[in-house]
Amino acid sequence: MVQCLSAPLDVAFAALSDATRRGVLVRLGDADASISELAQAFRMTLTGMKKHVVVLEEAGLVVTEKVGRVRTCKLGKSRLAAETAWIEAYRKLWDSRFDALEAVVEELKQKEAIDGRS
Amino acid sequence: MDAVEQGGPTPHTPGAKSERVSDREFVVTRTINGPARLVFEAWTNPELFKRWWVPASFGVTLISYEADVRTGGSYRLEMGHPSSEQTMPFFGRYLEVVAPTRLVWTNEEGDEAGAVTTVTFEEKDGVTLVVVHDYYPTKEALDEAIESGSTSGWGEQFTQLDGLVGTLAAGG
Repeated sequence: MVQCLSAPLDVAFAALSDATRRGVLVRLGDADASISELAQAFRMTLTGMKKHVVVLEEAGLVVTEKVGRVRTCKLGKSRLAAETAWIEAYRKLWDSRFDALEAVVEELKQKEAIDGRS
Repeated sequence: MDAVEQGGPTPHTPGAKSERVSDREFVVTRTINGPARLVFEAWTNPELFKRWWVPASFGVTLISYEADVRTGGSYRLEMGHPSSEQTMPFFGRYLEVVAPTRLVWTNEEGDEAGAVTTVTFEEKDGVTLVVVHDYYPTKEALDEAIESGSTSGWGEQFTQLDGLVGTLAAGG
């Protein structure tokens, strides 16, 4: 398939510059989804989501297929799509984790400050 | 284009960075606002560890965690999800525990040899740079992790990431 030829890198990177579009790749890394499902998940209008999907599709990161009235999106075959989805998901996972760690550390700091004073 | 401070729990810290640094290595870095000894304590004291390893946004809950945090000691962690009665186990051994600078552990829950995770803590001016380095046994193992998201059980976790992705979109 033509999809196997990766799109020019600048187009791909432009597509990846947007947090929502990276989020869409993460989501599609889990399972295929319709545009309306994506719009709902990202609390966005159908039209807004369609625009993002078109950008991803033109970059070869996503492929879509219309069955009946529903257009299903799936991760493109390019390595970049899968790798981006994974790396972004992993990063978000660690970021949430680090936020929580930082809160615990902050608490320890405050406890030390209080203990130090008494 | 500056992000608006949303009144986070602590002074603003730049987000984590993640990168595949070689065929077999994947690295996540982030700074934590606090000295290395406290970051290390939060990491190695099981009661504290339980409070941050599985943030609410994962959609999964930490069911149990036991760890003997010293060189040669082992750990076992179980996570659960409301939609499943089965728990996801994660387990392995500590290869190195060096306070307050370094932790190395194995990830043995997969069918095949898992990654070895090294975490280093580097303090400068009261801020600690944390580097989480996953070293996979082969290039194929990391490729496989990326393609299927399944090695080390992360794939199963990612399927629970809907809530997190929603947060990402809403906050974006």
